[in-house]
Amino acid sequence: MGTLAVFKKEMRSYFASPVAYAVFTLFLVISGYFFYTILIYLSLISVQAAMNPGLARGLNVTDGVVRPFFIDLGVVLLFLMPLLTMRLFAEERKQGTLELLLTYPLRDGEVLLGKFMAATTLYALLLSTTALYVLLLTLWSELELYPILTGYLGLLLLGMAFLSLGLLFSSLTENQIVAGAFAFGASLLLWIIGWGGTLAEGDWGVLFRNLSIVEHLASFARGVLEMKDIVYYLGMTGFFLFATLKSLEIRRWKG
Amino acid sequence: MIEVEGLTKVYGNKTAIDNLTFTVQQGEVVGFLGPNGAGKTTTMRVLSCYMPPTSGTARVGGCDIRTQALEVRRRIGYLPEHVPLYTDLTVTQYLNFVAEAKRLSRLTRRQRVGEAIERCLLQDARGRIIGKLSKGYRQRVGLAQALLGDPPILILDEPTIGLDPKQIIEIRSLIREMQGERTVILSTHILPEVSMVCQRVIIINDGHIVAVDTPESLTRRLQRSTQVLLQIDGPPEQVTGRLREVAGVLQVVMKDGAGALRRYLVDTDKDRDLRQELARVVCSSGWGLLELRPVDLSLEDIFIRLVTEEEAVSHQPSAVS
Repeated sequence: MGTLAVFKKEMRSYFASPVAYAVFTLFLVISGYFFYTILIYLSLISVQAAMNPGLARGLNVTDGVVRPFFIDLGVVLLFLMPLLTMRLFAEERKQGTLELLLTYPLRDGEVLLGKFMAATTLYALLLSTTALYVLLLTLWSELELYPILTGYLGLLLLGMAFLSLGLLFSSLTENQIVAGAFAFGASLLLWIIGWGGTLAEGDWGVLFRNLSIVEHLASFARGVLEMKDIVYYLGMTGFFLFATLKSLEIRRWKG
Repeated sequence: MIEVEGLTKVYGNKTAIDNLTFTVQQGEVVGFLGPNGAGKTTTMRVLSCYMPPTSGTARVGGCDIRTQALEVRRRIGYLPEHVPLYTDLTVTQYLNFVAEAKRLSRLTRRQRVGEAIERCLLQDARGRIIGKLSKGYRQRVGLAQALLGDPPILILDEPTIGLDPKQIIEIRSLIREMQGERTVILSTHILPEVSMVCQRVIIINDGHIVAVDTPESLTRRLQRSTQVLLQIDGPPEQVTGRLREVAGVLQVVMKDGAGALRRYLVDTDKDRDLRQELARVVCSSGWGLLELRPVDLSLEDIFIRLVTEEEAVSHQPSAVS
Protein backbone atom coordinates (compact mmCIF):
# COMPACT_ATOMS: atom_id res chain seq x y z
CA MET A 1 0.00 0.00 0.00
CA GLY A 2 2.63 2.50 1.07
CA THR A 3 5.03 0.98 -1.41
CA LEU A 4 2.44 1.35 -4.13
CA ALA A 5 1.91 5.04 -3.35
CA VAL A 6 5.64 5.74 -3.63
CA PHE A 7 5.88 3.57 -6.75
CA LYS A 8 3.09 5.43 -8.51
CA LYS A 9 4.51 8.79 -7.54
CA GLU A 10 7.96 7.89 -8.84
CA MET A 11 6.58 6.57 -12.12
CA ARG A 12 4.68 9.82 -12.52
CA SER A 13 7.81 11.82 -11.78
CA TYR A 14 9.83 9.86 -14.33
CA PHE A 15 7.41 10.74 -17.07
CA ALA A 16 6.65 14.25 -15.82
CA SER A 17 10.34 15.10 -16.03
CA PRO A 18 12.54 14.60 -19.10
CA VAL A 19 14.40 11.73 -17.41
CA ALA A 20 12.36 8.86 -18.83
CA TYR A 21 12.30 10.34 -22.32
CA ALA A 22 16.02 11.07 -22.35
CA VAL A 23 16.91 7.59 -21.17
CA PHE A 24 14.53 5.93 -23.65
CA THR A 25 15.94 7.96 -26.52
CA LEU A 26 19.54 7.22 -25.63
CA PHE A 27 18.82 3.57 -25.09
CA LEU A 28 16.91 3.11 -28.32
CA VAL A 29 19.54 4.88 -30.40
CA ILE A 30 22.47 3.00 -28.90
CA SER A 31 20.82 -0.40 -28.79
CA GLY A 32 19.57 0.09 -32.34
CA TYR A 33 23.08 0.84 -33.51
CA PHE A 34 24.49 -2.20 -31.73
CA PHE A 35 21.85 -4.42 -33.26
CA TYR A 36 22.49 -3.03 -36.69
CA THR A 37 26.27 -3.49 -36.60
CA ILE A 38 26.03 -6.99 -35.17
CA LEU A 39 23.53 -8.02 -37.81
CA ILE A 40 25.59 -6.56 -40.65
CA TYR A 41 28.70 -8.31 -39.35
CA LEU A 42 26.88 -11.65 -39.29
CA SER A 43 25.59 -11.22 -42.81
CA LEU A 44 29.12 -10.42 -44.04
CA ILE A 45 30.40 -13.59 -42.44
CA SER A 46 27.48 -15.52 -43.90
CA VAL A 47 28.48 -14.44 -47.40
CA GLN A 48 31.99 -15.77 -46.80
CA ALA A 49 30.57 -18.90 -45.26
CA ALA A 50 28.64 -19.61 -48.45
CA MET A 51 32.00 -20.44 -50.04
CA ASN A 52 33.44 -22.10 -46.96
CA PRO A 53 31.28 -24.88 -45.51
CA GLY A 54 33.62 -25.29 -42.53
CA LEU A 55 32.87 -21.80 -41.38
CA ALA A 56 29.15 -22.20 -41.90
CA ARG A 57 28.84 -25.04 -39.47
CA GLY A 58 29.13 -22.86 -36.36
CA LEU A 59 26.92 -20.10 -37.66
CA ASN A 60 23.52 -19.38 -36.26
CA VAL A 61 21.53 -16.25 -35.41
CA THR A 62 21.21 -17.02 -31.73
CA ASP A 63 24.93 -17.19 -31.17
CA GLY A 64 25.84 -14.65 -33.81
CA VAL A 65 23.37 -11.88 -33.03
CA VAL A 66 21.32 -12.36 -29.92
CA ARG A 67 24.16 -13.29 -27.59
CA PRO A 68 26.57 -10.47 -28.46
CA PHE A 69 23.60 -8.11 -28.51
CA PHE A 70 22.70 -8.98 -24.93
CA ILE A 71 26.28 -8.52 -23.79
CA ASP A 72 26.40 -5.13 -25.52
CA LEU A 73 23.17 -4.11 -23.84
CA GLY A 74 24.87 -4.84 -20.55
CA VAL A 75 27.44 -2.18 -21.44
CA VAL A 76 24.69 0.33 -22.17
CA LEU A 77 23.20 -0.33 -18.75
CA LEU A 78 26.44 0.69 -17.17
CA PHE A 79 25.82 4.21 -18.44
CA LEU A 80 22.07 4.44 -18.25
CA MET A 81 21.16 2.87 -14.92
CA PRO A 82 22.77 5.66 -12.85
CA LEU A 83 20.58 8.12 -14.74
CA LEU A 84 17.48 6.34 -13.47
CA THR A 85 18.52 6.20 -9.84
CA MET A 86 20.73 9.20 -9.13
CA ARG A 87 17.73 11.44 -8.56
CA LEU A 88 15.67 9.18 -6.34
CA PHE A 89 17.00 10.06 -2.90
CA ALA A 90 19.53 12.83 -3.60
CA GLU A 91 16.88 15.09 -5.11
CA GLU A 92 14.46 14.44 -2.26
CA ARG A 93 17.12 15.31 0.23
CA LYS A 94 18.13 18.47 -1.60
CA GLN A 95 14.54 19.67 -1.99
CA GLY A 96 13.76 18.70 1.59
CA THR A 97 10.86 16.51 0.45
CA LEU A 98 12.44 13.52 2.16
CA GLU A 99 11.64 15.13 5.49
CA LEU A 100 7.98 15.19 4.63
CA LEU A 101 8.02 11.74 3.03
CA LEU A 102 9.59 10.20 6.11
CA THR A 103 6.96 11.69 8.41
CA TYR A 104 4.10 10.01 6.57
CA PRO A 105 2.98 6.71 8.04
CA LEU A 106 5.37 4.81 5.78
CA ARG A 107 8.19 2.52 6.79
CA ASP A 108 11.60 3.36 5.38
CA GLY A 109 11.54 0.00 3.68
CA GLU A 110 8.29 0.81 1.91
CA VAL A 111 9.72 4.07 0.59
CA LEU A 112 12.86 2.30 -0.59
CA LEU A 113 10.98 -0.57 -2.18
CA GLY A 114 8.58 1.81 -3.94
CA LYS A 115 11.47 3.68 -5.48
CA PHE A 116 13.35 0.53 -6.42
CA MET A 117 10.27 -0.96 -8.02
CA ALA A 118 9.66 2.20 -10.01
CA ALA A 119 13.22 2.22 -11.32
CA THR A 120 13.04 -1.49 -12.10
CA THR A 121 9.72 -1.10 -13.90
CA LEU A 122 11.05 1.73 -16.02
CA TYR A 123 14.09 -0.39 -16.82
CA ALA A 124 11.92 -3.37 -17.71
CA LEU A 125 9.95 -1.14 -20.08
CA LEU A 126 13.22 -0.01 -21.59
CA LEU A 127 14.37 -3.57 -22.03
CA SER A 128 11.08 -4.64 -23.57
CA THR A 129 11.61 -2.21 -26.46
CA THR A 130 14.47 -4.42 -27.63
CA ALA A 131 12.04 -7.30 -28.08
CA LEU A 132 11.23 -5.59 -31.35
CA TYR A 133 14.68 -6.43 -32.69
CA VAL A 134 14.32 -10.03 -31.65
CA LEU A 135 10.89 -10.19 -33.30
CA LEU A 136 12.45 -8.76 -36.42
CA LEU A 137 14.96 -11.59 -36.45
CA THR A 138 12.27 -14.24 -36.22
CA LEU A 139 10.90 -13.03 -39.54
CA TRP A 140 13.95 -14.36 -41.41
CA SER A 141 15.46 -16.94 -39.21
CA GLU A 142 14.78 -19.59 -36.67
CA LEU A 143 15.63 -18.56 -33.15
CA GLU A 144 16.01 -20.63 -30.06
CA LEU A 145 13.60 -19.23 -27.54
CA TYR A 146 15.30 -20.43 -24.40
CA PRO A 147 18.57 -18.46 -24.62
CA ILE A 148 16.55 -15.35 -25.40
CA LEU A 149 14.43 -15.73 -22.30
CA THR A 150 17.39 -16.44 -20.05
CA GLY A 151 19.25 -13.58 -21.68
CA TYR A 152 16.48 -11.19 -20.81
CA LEU A 153 16.31 -12.60 -17.30
CA GLY A 154 20.05 -12.05 -16.94
CA LEU A 155 19.79 -8.49 -18.19
CA LEU A 156 16.92 -7.80 -15.83
CA LEU A 157 18.88 -9.15 -12.86
CA LEU A 158 22.00 -7.27 -13.91
CA GLY A 159 19.97 -4.06 -14.21
CA MET A 160 18.44 -4.58 -10.78
CA ALA A 161 21.91 -4.92 -9.25
CA PHE A 162 22.98 -1.69 -10.95
CA LEU A 163 19.80 0.08 -9.87
CA SER A 164 20.16 -0.93 -6.23
CA LEU A 165 23.77 0.21 -6.31
CA GLY A 166 22.62 3.53 -7.77
CA LEU A 167 19.99 3.89 -5.05
CA LEU A 168 22.64 3.37 -2.40
CA PHE A 169 24.77 6.20 -3.76
CA SER A 170 21.71 8.40 -4.19
CA SER A 171 20.91 7.95 -0.51
CA LEU A 172 24.43 8.92 0.50
CA THR A 173 24.53 12.40 -0.97
CA GLU A 174 22.21 15.26 -1.78
CA ASN A 175 24.02 15.96 -5.01
CA GLN A 176 22.58 14.08 -7.99
CA ILE A 177 25.73 14.41 -10.05
CA VAL A 178 27.87 12.96 -7.29
CA ALA A 179 25.35 10.15 -6.82
CA GLY A 180 25.35 9.43 -10.57
CA ALA A 181 29.13 9.59 -10.89
CA PHE A 182 29.72 7.25 -7.99
CA ALA A 183 27.06 4.83 -9.18
CA PHE A 184 28.69 4.74 -12.60
CA GLY A 185 32.18 4.42 -11.15
CA ALA A 186 31.21 1.62 -8.80
CA SER A 187 29.34 -0.24 -11.56
CA LEU A 188 32.35 0.08 -13.85
CA LEU A 189 34.61 -1.20 -11.10
CA LEU A 190 32.38 -4.22 -10.59
CA TRP A 191 32.59 -4.76 -14.33
CA ILE A 192 36.34 -4.53 -14.81
CA ILE A 193 37.28 -6.33 -11.64
CA GLY A 194 37.01 -9.49 -13.72
CA TRP A 195 39.99 -8.40 -15.82
CA GLY A 196 42.10 -8.90 -12.75
CA GLY A 197 41.00 -12.51 -12.87
CA THR A 198 43.10 -13.18 -15.94
CA LEU A 199 46.20 -11.66 -14.30
CA ALA A 200 45.92 -13.01 -10.78
CA GLU A 201 46.64 -16.66 -10.26
CA GLY A 202 44.83 -19.41 -8.47
CA ASP A 203 42.10 -18.65 -6.01
CA TRP A 204 42.47 -14.91 -6.41
CA GLY A 205 41.83 -15.16 -10.08
CA VAL A 206 38.70 -17.21 -9.45
CA LEU A 207 37.54 -14.69 -6.87
CA PHE A 208 38.00 -11.74 -9.20
CA ARG A 209 36.31 -13.50 -12.07
CA ASN A 210 33.36 -14.44 -9.92
CA LEU A 211 33.05 -10.95 -8.51
CA SER A 212 32.79 -9.47 -11.97
CA ILE A 213 29.27 -8.44 -12.69
CA VAL A 214 29.48 -9.14 -16.43
CA GLU A 215 30.99 -12.61 -16.03
CA HIS A 216 27.64 -13.83 -14.76
CA LEU A 217 25.74 -12.34 -17.65
CA ALA A 218 27.63 -14.42 -20.17
CA SER A 219 26.12 -17.72 -19.08
CA PHE A 220 22.61 -16.22 -19.11
CA ALA A 221 23.20 -15.10 -22.68
CA ARG A 222 24.34 -18.62 -23.57
CA GLY A 223 21.04 -19.95 -22.31
CA VAL A 224 22.56 -21.46 -19.19
CA LEU A 225 20.66 -20.85 -16.03
CA GLU A 226 22.98 -21.36 -13.12
CA MET A 227 22.17 -20.96 -9.49
CA LYS A 228 25.38 -19.17 -8.69
CA ASP A 229 24.64 -16.44 -11.24
CA ILE A 230 21.14 -15.88 -9.98
CA VAL A 231 22.37 -15.84 -6.39
CA TYR A 232 25.12 -13.42 -7.35
CA TYR A 233 22.73 -10.86 -8.83
CA LEU A 234 20.02 -11.21 -6.22
CA GLY A 235 22.61 -11.14 -3.47
CA MET A 236 24.15 -7.96 -4.86
CA THR A 237 20.74 -6.35 -5.17
CA GLY A 238 19.70 -7.40 -1.68
CA PHE A 239 22.95 -6.21 -0.18
CA PHE A 240 22.79 -2.79 -1.82
CA LEU A 241 19.13 -2.32 -0.87
CA PHE A 242 19.91 -3.27 2.71
CA ALA A 243 22.81 -0.83 2.78
CA THR A 244 20.50 1.88 1.42
CA LEU A 245 17.99 1.17 4.17
CA LYS A 246 20.72 1.52 6.77
CA SER A 247 21.96 4.71 5.15
CA LEU A 248 18.44 6.15 5.39
CA GLU A 249 18.36 5.21 9.05
CA ILE A 250 21.68 6.90 9.71
CA ARG A 251 20.45 10.01 7.93
CA ARG A 252 17.48 10.11 10.24
CA TRP A 253 19.75 10.20 13.24
CA LYS A 254 21.93 12.85 11.75
CA GLY A 255 19.01 14.94 10.59
CA MET B 1 -2.28 15.40 23.57
CA ILE B 2 1.42 16.06 23.46
CA GLU B 3 3.59 15.27 26.46
CA VAL B 4 7.26 15.99 26.09
CA GLU B 5 9.62 14.71 28.72
CA GLY B 6 13.30 15.47 28.96
CA LEU B 7 13.68 15.61 25.19
CA THR B 8 17.29 16.00 24.10
CA LYS B 9 18.81 15.95 20.64
CA VAL B 10 22.53 16.12 20.04
CA TYR B 11 24.10 16.53 16.58
CA GLY B 12 27.74 15.53 16.77
CA ASN B 13 29.00 17.71 19.57
CA LYS B 14 26.26 20.32 19.34
CA THR B 15 23.25 20.04 21.59
CA ALA B 16 20.28 21.35 19.64
CA ILE B 17 17.67 20.85 22.34
CA ASP B 18 18.43 20.04 25.92
CA ASN B 19 16.01 18.37 28.27
CA LEU B 20 12.76 19.94 27.02
CA THR B 21 9.66 19.20 29.04
CA PHE B 22 6.21 20.57 28.27
CA THR B 23 2.67 19.46 27.57
CA VAL B 24 0.07 20.60 25.12
CA GLN B 25 -3.60 20.01 25.88
CA GLN B 26 -6.10 18.75 23.35
CA GLY B 27 -7.48 21.52 21.16
CA GLU B 28 -4.81 23.99 22.15
CA VAL B 29 -2.90 26.19 19.72
CA VAL B 30 0.59 26.61 21.08
CA GLY B 31 3.21 28.94 19.68
CA PHE B 32 6.83 27.98 19.67
CA LEU B 33 9.00 31.04 19.86
CA GLY B 34 12.71 31.40 19.70
CA PRO B 35 15.57 33.02 17.82
CA ASN B 36 17.14 31.22 14.86
CA GLY B 37 19.01 28.15 15.96
CA ALA B 38 17.14 27.90 19.24
CA GLY B 39 15.96 24.38 18.50
CA LYS B 40 12.41 24.97 17.25
CA THR B 41 12.82 23.03 14.03
CA THR B 42 14.68 20.23 15.78
CA THR B 43 11.89 19.88 18.33
CA MET B 44 9.31 19.72 15.56
CA ARG B 45 11.33 17.18 13.61
CA VAL B 46 11.59 14.99 16.65
CA LEU B 47 7.90 15.30 17.48
CA SER B 48 6.93 14.47 13.92
CA CYS B 49 9.14 11.36 14.05
CA TYR B 50 11.45 12.49 11.29
CA MET B 51 14.39 11.90 13.58
CA PRO B 52 14.67 10.09 16.90
CA PRO B 53 15.71 11.98 20.05
CA THR B 54 19.09 11.35 21.63
CA SER B 55 17.42 10.92 25.00
CA GLY B 56 14.12 11.63 26.63
CA THR B 57 10.84 10.90 24.99
CA ALA B 58 7.49 12.32 24.04
CA ARG B 59 3.99 11.01 23.67
CA VAL B 60 2.11 12.46 20.75
CA GLY B 61 -1.58 11.62 20.61
CA GLY B 62 -0.97 8.95 23.24
CA CYS B 63 1.78 7.18 21.30
CA ASP B 64 5.45 7.11 22.11
CA ILE B 65 7.64 8.70 19.43
CA ARG B 66 10.42 6.21 20.09
CA THR B 67 8.50 2.98 19.95
CA GLN B 68 5.33 3.80 18.02
CA ALA B 69 6.63 6.14 15.34
CA LEU B 70 4.24 4.87 12.67
CA GLU B 71 1.25 5.37 14.98
CA VAL B 72 2.40 8.89 15.79
CA ARG B 73 2.80 9.70 12.10
CA ARG B 74 -0.74 8.55 11.48
CA ARG B 75 -1.96 11.15 13.96
CA ILE B 76 -0.03 14.20 12.82
CA GLY B 77 0.01 16.61 9.95
CA TYR B 78 3.41 18.16 9.50
CA LEU B 79 4.48 21.21 7.55
CA PRO B 80 8.27 21.61 7.45
CA GLU B 81 9.86 25.00 7.36
CA HIS B 82 10.56 25.47 3.67
CA VAL B 83 7.46 23.66 2.43
CA PRO B 84 9.18 20.93 0.45
CA LEU B 85 6.89 19.74 -2.36
CA TYR B 86 7.33 17.66 -5.50
CA THR B 87 7.62 20.43 -8.01
CA ASP B 88 7.00 18.26 -11.07
CA LEU B 89 3.52 17.13 -10.05
CA THR B 90 0.24 19.00 -10.25
CA VAL B 91 -1.57 19.97 -7.06
CA THR B 92 -4.14 17.20 -7.43
CA GLN B 93 -1.55 14.56 -8.33
CA TYR B 94 0.51 15.56 -5.34
CA LEU B 95 -2.37 15.54 -2.88
CA ASN B 96 -3.49 12.18 -4.25
CA PHE B 97 -0.05 10.81 -3.55
CA VAL B 98 -0.11 12.20 -0.01
CA ALA B 99 -3.56 10.69 0.54
CA GLU B 100 -2.21 7.31 -0.53
CA ALA B 101 0.93 7.68 1.54
CA LYS B 102 -1.25 8.52 4.53
CA ARG B 103 -3.21 5.36 3.79
CA LEU B 104 -6.61 6.93 3.31
CA SER B 105 -9.02 4.37 1.99
CA ARG B 106 -9.55 4.34 -1.73
CA LEU B 107 -13.20 5.29 -1.33
CA THR B 108 -12.71 8.44 0.69
CA ARG B 109 -9.49 9.55 -0.97
CA ARG B 110 -11.05 11.62 -3.70
CA GLN B 111 -13.44 13.29 -1.30
CA ARG B 112 -10.73 14.07 1.24
CA VAL B 113 -8.46 15.56 -1.38
CA GLY B 114 -11.37 17.69 -2.54
CA GLU B 115 -12.02 18.88 1.00
CA ALA B 116 -8.39 19.77 1.58
CA ILE B 117 -8.31 21.69 -1.69
CA GLU B 118 -11.39 23.65 -0.72
CA ARG B 119 -10.29 24.31 2.81
CA CYS B 120 -6.99 25.74 1.66
CA LEU B 121 -8.58 27.73 -1.18
CA LEU B 122 -6.75 25.86 -3.91
CA GLN B 123 -9.70 25.36 -6.25
CA ASP B 124 -8.20 27.41 -9.07
CA ALA B 125 -4.80 25.74 -8.80
CA ARG B 126 -5.89 22.08 -8.91
CA GLY B 127 -4.35 21.20 -12.24
CA ARG B 128 -1.33 23.42 -12.08
CA ILE B 129 2.23 22.17 -11.71
CA ILE B 130 3.46 22.90 -8.19
CA GLY B 131 6.80 24.18 -9.46
CA LYS B 132 5.01 26.99 -11.24
CA LEU B 133 2.93 28.11 -8.27
CA SER B 134 3.59 31.25 -6.26
CA LYS B 135 4.96 31.04 -2.75
CA GLY B 136 1.54 31.69 -1.24
CA TYR B 137 -0.07 28.87 -3.18
CA ARG B 138 2.74 26.48 -2.31
CA GLN B 139 2.28 27.28 1.34
CA ARG B 140 -1.38 26.45 0.97
CA VAL B 141 -0.56 23.19 -0.77
CA GLY B 142 1.77 22.46 2.15
CA LEU B 143 -1.01 23.15 4.59
CA ALA B 144 -3.42 21.05 2.53
CA GLN B 145 -1.10 18.03 2.68
CA ALA B 146 -0.78 18.47 6.44
CA LEU B 147 -4.57 18.60 6.82
CA LEU B 148 -5.17 15.55 4.62
CA GLY B 149 -6.43 12.61 6.60
CA ASP B 150 -7.80 14.84 9.32
CA PRO B 151 -4.95 14.44 11.77
CA PRO B 152 -5.85 15.49 15.32
CA ILE B 153 -2.43 17.10 15.73
CA LEU B 154 -0.79 19.64 13.47
CA ILE B 155 2.87 20.56 13.64
CA LEU B 156 3.56 23.66 11.57
CA ASP B 157 7.05 25.07 11.21
CA GLU B 158 6.85 28.77 10.30
CA PRO B 159 3.53 28.51 8.47
CA THR B 160 3.38 32.16 7.45
CA ILE B 161 6.98 32.79 6.44
CA GLY B 162 7.42 34.48 3.08
CA LEU B 163 3.76 35.26 2.48
CA ASP B 164 2.22 38.60 1.65
CA PRO B 165 0.03 40.27 4.28
CA LYS B 166 -3.23 39.10 2.74
CA GLN B 167 -2.07 35.50 2.61
CA ILE B 168 -0.76 35.71 6.16
CA ILE B 169 -4.19 36.76 7.35
CA GLU B 170 -5.79 33.87 5.44
CA ILE B 171 -3.43 31.29 6.90
CA ARG B 172 -3.84 32.69 10.38
CA SER B 173 -7.59 32.56 10.24
CA LEU B 174 -7.32 29.02 8.92
CA ILE B 175 -5.25 28.10 11.97
CA ARG B 176 -7.55 29.95 14.31
CA GLU B 177 -10.51 28.04 12.91
CA MET B 178 -8.87 24.83 14.03
CA GLN B 179 -8.71 25.91 17.63
CA GLY B 180 -10.56 23.50 19.86
CA GLU B 181 -10.91 21.01 17.06
CA ARG B 182 -7.24 20.20 16.57
CA THR B 183 -4.10 20.46 18.62
CA VAL B 184 -1.64 22.75 16.89
CA ILE B 185 2.01 23.48 17.57
CA LEU B 186 3.40 26.20 15.38
CA SER B 187 6.69 27.95 15.37
CA THR B 188 7.11 31.49 14.27
CA HIS B 189 9.34 34.45 14.67
CA ILE B 190 6.60 36.98 14.01
CA LEU B 191 5.63 37.85 17.53
CA PRO B 192 2.28 39.56 17.07
CA GLU B 193 1.22 36.38 15.30
CA VAL B 194 1.60 34.47 18.52
CA SER B 195 -0.73 36.71 20.48
CA MET B 196 -3.17 36.63 17.58
CA VAL B 197 -3.26 32.90 17.00
CA CYS B 198 -1.94 31.08 20.03
CA GLN B 199 -3.41 30.42 23.42
CA ARG B 200 -0.08 29.56 24.89
CA VAL B 201 3.52 30.39 24.12
CA ILE B 202 6.62 28.31 24.67
CA ILE B 203 9.71 30.44 24.45
CA ILE B 204 12.86 28.50 23.71
CA ASN B 205 16.41 29.73 23.55
CA ASP B 206 19.61 27.81 23.02
CA GLY B 207 17.79 24.51 23.36
CA HIS B 208 16.19 25.38 26.68
CA ILE B 209 12.66 26.40 27.51
CA VAL B 210 12.75 29.91 28.88
CA ALA B 211 9.06 30.44 29.55
CA VAL B 212 5.69 28.79 29.03
CA ASP B 213 2.57 30.88 29.50
CA THR B 214 -0.29 32.66 27.80
CA PRO B 215 0.75 35.74 25.84
CA GLU B 216 -1.22 38.00 28.20
CA SER B 217 0.18 36.73 31.46
CA LEU B 218 3.68 36.72 29.99
CA THR B 219 3.24 40.39 29.27
CA ARG B 220 1.90 41.01 32.73
CA ARG B 221 4.53 39.01 34.47
CA LEU B 222 7.42 40.62 32.77
CA GLN B 223 6.29 44.17 32.74
CA ARG B 224 8.60 45.32 35.47
CA SER B 225 8.21 48.98 34.62
CA THR B 226 5.74 51.25 32.89
CA GLN B 227 6.95 53.39 30.05
CA VAL B 228 5.84 56.79 28.92
CA LEU B 229 6.74 58.38 25.64
CA LEU B 230 7.03 62.16 25.45
CA GLN B 231 7.75 64.49 22.59
CA ILE B 232 9.14 67.72 23.91
CA ASP B 233 10.34 70.93 22.32
CA GLY B 234 13.18 72.08 24.54
CA PRO B 235 16.94 71.89 25.14
CA PRO B 236 17.68 68.12 25.25
CA GLU B 237 20.20 68.06 28.12
CA GLN B 238 18.02 70.13 30.39
CA VAL B 239 14.91 68.16 29.52
CA THR B 240 16.62 64.86 30.27
CA GLY B 241 17.92 66.24 33.53
CA ARG B 242 14.59 67.60 34.65
CA LEU B 243 12.70 64.44 33.77
CA ARG B 244 15.17 62.34 35.73
CA GLU B 245 14.50 64.39 38.83
CA VAL B 246 10.82 63.49 38.89
CA ALA B 247 10.14 61.05 41.70
CA GLY B 248 9.48 57.53 40.44
CA VAL B 249 11.38 57.89 37.19
CA LEU B 250 13.88 55.11 36.71
CA GLN B 251 15.47 56.09 33.46
CA VAL B 252 15.17 58.54 30.61
CA VAL B 253 16.28 57.66 27.11
CA MET B 254 16.41 60.18 24.31
CA LYS B 255 15.00 58.58 21.20
CA ASP B 256 14.86 60.37 17.88
CA GLY B 257 14.35 63.90 16.66
CA ALA B 258 16.58 66.80 15.77
CA GLY B 259 17.49 70.11 17.32
CA ALA B 260 15.22 70.98 20.19
CA LEU B 261 12.32 68.76 19.18
CA ARG B 262 12.93 65.28 20.47
CA ARG B 263 11.25 62.19 21.81
CA TYR B 264 12.03 60.80 25.20
CA LEU B 265 11.23 57.40 26.61
CA VAL B 266 10.72 57.42 30.34
CA ASP B 267 10.76 54.27 32.46
CA THR B 268 8.76 54.62 35.63
CA ASP B 269 7.92 52.44 38.58
CA LYS B 270 5.42 49.72 37.89
CA ASP B 271 1.86 50.53 38.97
CA ARG B 272 2.56 54.20 39.21
CA ASP B 273 1.06 56.64 36.73
CA LEU B 274 3.44 59.56 36.38
CA ARG B 275 1.86 61.14 33.35
CA GLN B 276 0.38 64.11 35.13
CA GLU B 277 3.59 64.73 37.00
CA LEU B 278 5.67 64.60 33.83
CA ALA B 279 3.34 66.95 31.99
CA ARG B 280 3.47 69.44 34.83
CA VAL B 281 7.27 69.44 34.88
CA VAL B 282 7.50 70.03 31.14
CA CYS B 283 4.94 72.83 31.10
CA SER B 284 6.29 74.57 34.16
CA SER B 285 9.72 74.64 32.54
CA GLY B 286 8.23 76.52 29.61
CA TRP B 287 8.91 73.80 27.00
CA GLY B 288 6.45 72.63 24.43
CA LEU B 289 4.78 69.26 25.09
CA LEU B 290 3.70 67.79 21.77
CA GLU B 291 2.96 64.22 22.72
CA LEU B 292 2.58 62.11 25.82
CA ARG B 293 1.43 58.52 25.88
CA PRO B 294 1.98 55.31 27.80
CA VAL B 295 3.80 52.49 26.02
CA ASP B 296 2.90 48.88 26.57
CA LEU B 297 5.60 46.33 26.61
CA SER B 298 5.14 44.34 23.43
CA LEU B 299 5.72 40.64 23.12
CA GLU B 300 8.86 41.49 21.16
CA ASP B 301 10.33 43.19 24.19
CA ILE B 302 9.48 40.32 26.43
CA PHE B 303 10.96 37.94 23.96
CA ILE B 304 14.17 39.88 23.65
CA ARG B 305 14.31 40.33 27.38
CA LEU B 306 13.88 36.64 27.95
CA VAL B 307 16.27 35.33 25.40
CA THR B 308 19.01 37.86 25.90
CA GLU B 309 18.53 38.04 29.64
CA GLU B 310 19.17 41.71 29.59
CA GLU B 311 18.45 44.06 32.41
CA ALA B 312 14.96 45.44 32.27
CA VAL B 313 16.15 49.00 31.82
CA SER B 314 18.36 48.65 28.79
CA HIS B 315 15.90 47.70 26.10
CA GLN B 316 14.40 49.73 23.30
CA PRO B 317 10.79 48.89 22.64
CA SER B 318 10.12 48.55 18.98
CA ALA B 319 6.47 49.40 19.48
CA VAL B 320 7.53 53.00 19.56
CA SER B 321 8.03 54.59 16.23
